[in-house]
Amino acid sequence: MRKIHDFHGGIHPPENKLQSLGSPVRDAGIPAQLVLPLAQHIGAPAVPLVNVGDRVLKGQKIADAAGAVSAGLHAPTSGTIAAIESRQVAHPSGFSAPCIVIDCDGEDRWAELPAPVRFEELDSETILARIREAGIAGMGGAGFPAAVKLGLRPGTRIETLIINGTECEPYITADDVLMRERAPEIVRGAQILARLVQPGETVIGVEDNKPEAIQALRAAAEGSDIQIAVFPTKYPSGGEKQLIEILTGKQVPSGGLPADIGVVCQNVGTTVAVRAAVEEGRPLISRITTVTGEAVSQPQNFEVLIGTPMSHLLQLAGYDAGKNRRLVMGGPMMGFTVPDPGVPIVKTTNCILAPTEAELPSPPPAQACIRCGLCAQACPASLLPQQLYWFARGREFEKAEMHNLFDCIECGACSYVCPSNIPLVQYYRAAKAEVLQLRRDAEKAEHSRLRFEARQERLEREEAEKEARRIARKKAAEEKARLAAESGGGEIDPVQAAIERAKAKKAAQAAGAGTGESDQEKLEKAVVTTRERLAKAEEKLATARSEGSEHIAALETGVEKTRAKLAAAEKALGDYQVQHPGNGENDEPATGDAAQAAIQRAMAARAAEASKSPLEKARDNLEKLEARLAKSEARLAEGRAAGEEDKIIEALESSVERLKERAAAARAELEAQEAG
Amino acid sequence: MIELLLQHPLLAALIALVGLGVAFGALLGFAAVRFRTEGNPIVDQINAILPQTQCGQCGHPGCRPYAEAIAAGEDINKCPPGGQAGIEALADLLDREVIPLDAEHGEEKLPQVAYIREDECIGCTKCIQACPVDAILGAAKHMHTVIVSECTGCDLCVEPCPVDCIDMIPQQQSLQTWHWQLPESSPRSADIIATDAGEAA
Repeated sequence: MRKIHDFHGGIHPPENKLQSLGSPVRDAGIPAQLVLPLAQHIGAPAVPLVNVGDRVLKGQKIADAAGAVSAGLHAPTSGTIAAIESRQVAHPSGFSAPCIVIDCDGEDRWAELPAPVRFEELDSETILARIREAGIAGMGGAGFPAAVKLGLRPGTRIETLIINGTECEPYITADDVLMRERAPEIVRGAQILARLVQPGETVIGVEDNKPEAIQALRAAAEGSDIQIAVFPTKYPSGGEKQLIEILTGKQVPSGGLPADIGVVCQNVGTTVAVRAAVEEGRPLISRITTVTGEAVSQPQNFEVLIGTPMSHLLQLAGYDAGKNRRLVMGGPMMGFTVPDPGVPIVKTTNCILAPTEAELPSPPPAQACIRCGLCAQACPASLLPQQLYWFARGREFEKAEMHNLFDCIECGACSYVCPSNIPLVQYYRAAKAEVLQLRRDAEKAEHSRLRFEARQERLEREEAEKEARRIARKKAAEEKARLAAESGGGEIDPVQAAIERAKAKKAAQAAGAGTGESDQEKLEKAVVTTRERLAKAEEKLATARSEGSEHIAALETGVEKTRAKLAAAEKALGDYQVQHPGNGENDEPATGDAAQAAIQRAMAARAAEASKSPLEKARDNLEKLEARLAKSEARLAEGRAAGEEDKIIEALESSVERLKERAAAARAELEAQEAG
Repeated sequence: MIELLLQHPLLAALIALVGLGVAFGALLGFAAVRFRTEGNPIVDQINAILPQTQCGQCGHPGCRPYAEAIAAGEDINKCPPGGQAGIEALADLLDREVIPLDAEHGEEKLPQVAYIREDECIGCTKCIQACPVDAILGAAKHMHTVIVSECTGCDLCVEPCPVDCIDMIPQQQSLQTWHWQLPESSPRSADIIATDAGEAA
């Protein structure tokens, strides 16, 4: 039998658990719509993978984990994504948060799942990957992503793996029925976790007010090396640190993690979800939730899909809104009032409490602290609640921190015992938040200061550089003036020199190039620009035609006009070149365009030809024809040798014939010219 | 020499005391040069308390100049972004009286963030030049935008904008920034026995 330790403080509030234990777990069915908040866990909110209108199947991943400390989200049933928007969620602030809304189709069709395996066949990496993939967040209430907790730093040695089946908070029985009905799964899940963390021992801790659960677990753990530890009921023995102390006698150091003292702790609900994820590949899409309180006629436990509106469950349990003044998510000690019954069940919702006013009266007005010290006796974290209260009230947060404010687990034991009804926990929560806010502000201020200083530095540097440049320019100008004064005798100042240079340039222009050259340039430019315009106009026309535009006719006339202009410009240039043959011949085209150059050359040649005497013309003509004839004959011979087609040979022959005729004519003309 | 000192104890005492004075004086002189602190450390401490919005509402061109002015004796109640909490922290550090915020320099407001209505921005870069922490992104004739995480909410960019397209909007509270508030404790009812509360009221 395992030695059971005790922790400091604790209280014994009425348990009120029997009400909801009368019937087995009931399936809550599929509501018309599911609302899945993207942040159901501690850490970064998940990132949606689906779009509005997408069809999703049961178990399909619809949002992915963002970063190391985060958990994914899966469709709890098949349906259509109706919206991805802000909806009111279960949070004490009553704020809205981004949610994925699914319109359920009622078919409940599963996405394809991997074949069931026994975990013994898988290696540790695969097991951890499956847990991460299943989006499991701690189901005891805090919602810490399970895979992060299980992914231990290398070299960490774990003495004890604790499975937390304590469920110490009044009213809640979700873990109790889970242990009664699914003990074998819990044992199997515990074995999977043991495989991952390799502990010296594995203990399932249960309070002694759950005899049926203990019996079921003992039967299931028969033959395995898993111990079932039973200890006296006391609130809050289900707190992680308290349970560790009960089972091992060791205290988690302030600000430390259980892993620091060789312990890993997981909730029984998480353990069952881990088994389903690893052996069946089923993600976390449902959980067991207790619906209880005197305002429901049939308090009981439901197996409920994540995202089901609370109102759906309340209706199944026979909720009487008239009797109920406020709805609480969680238990009476640590739960919070929800703003609206329409908010969805999330992965951490273990209980919905609908009490009557008589059952859970609203707190009487707070009175003065009388320093009775009951809170210090009740505090399970061995803190000094009354000191923390004074510090929080006086906004002396530094002192509160010195008194280990951050070790407070917000269990509410101090408020429970306080004879003055002071809402102590709210003071601590606010103080913690203030401290964190101050830290964030200080960080932001430091960041801003660095940016401001960097900017100041940059501005100063730029100013200095500007100043340096200005001085350098000034010096250079002085130096130049001095040099000029030394070499040029002093009279010539730069302005005078510039005027001289301008004058000289003008004179050279007037003397050197005749006006003709600039005229020709003008004409050439006109030809070039007109050609460009024509090309553009044609392009436009082509696109207009291909698009079937209504401006085709207008564009066509435009093209015609431009073409006429081009012809006129070319003619003008040609005429000019005929008149000034000397200029045209060695005049390089102004533009570097190769095509343009060729055109210019051809024009020049034409102009040169025009200036030749008829005799010369005739001789040139003959020479050209003879050259072409020779080429054609060569081509014909080639074609014959290569055995070309008859058609081609024939065409070549006829062209040779024609050239021969024209050559003969040209020769005759030349002779006539020579004679003449 | 020793005999002389033994015969004239007064002289011996005089020499001994002067000698000690010279030795310790030299030591102190050396320490003053060797362990000299650059700048005024109290200015750094004051600057660490100031919120670093660099808004200039105190009448100084940035938080550090104001920190220097405080160190030189100026009032500690001229920083609206720091608010009453800032004044308390300064009073604590400097051992001065806690005084209410000087309304002349502005009121304590919720944290704000600048927002440029991007459709209306003409790309003049004036706000970029005004921003003390380089939190505005943009180029000439291109739309500008505010990097929200860097904005200190100083509203120095609002005034230079020629088309008035910059708004200061209070920072949205989200689930991440929400936190519990201290319970209401009205001074009259809080510390009174419940049965007496009616009489007191």
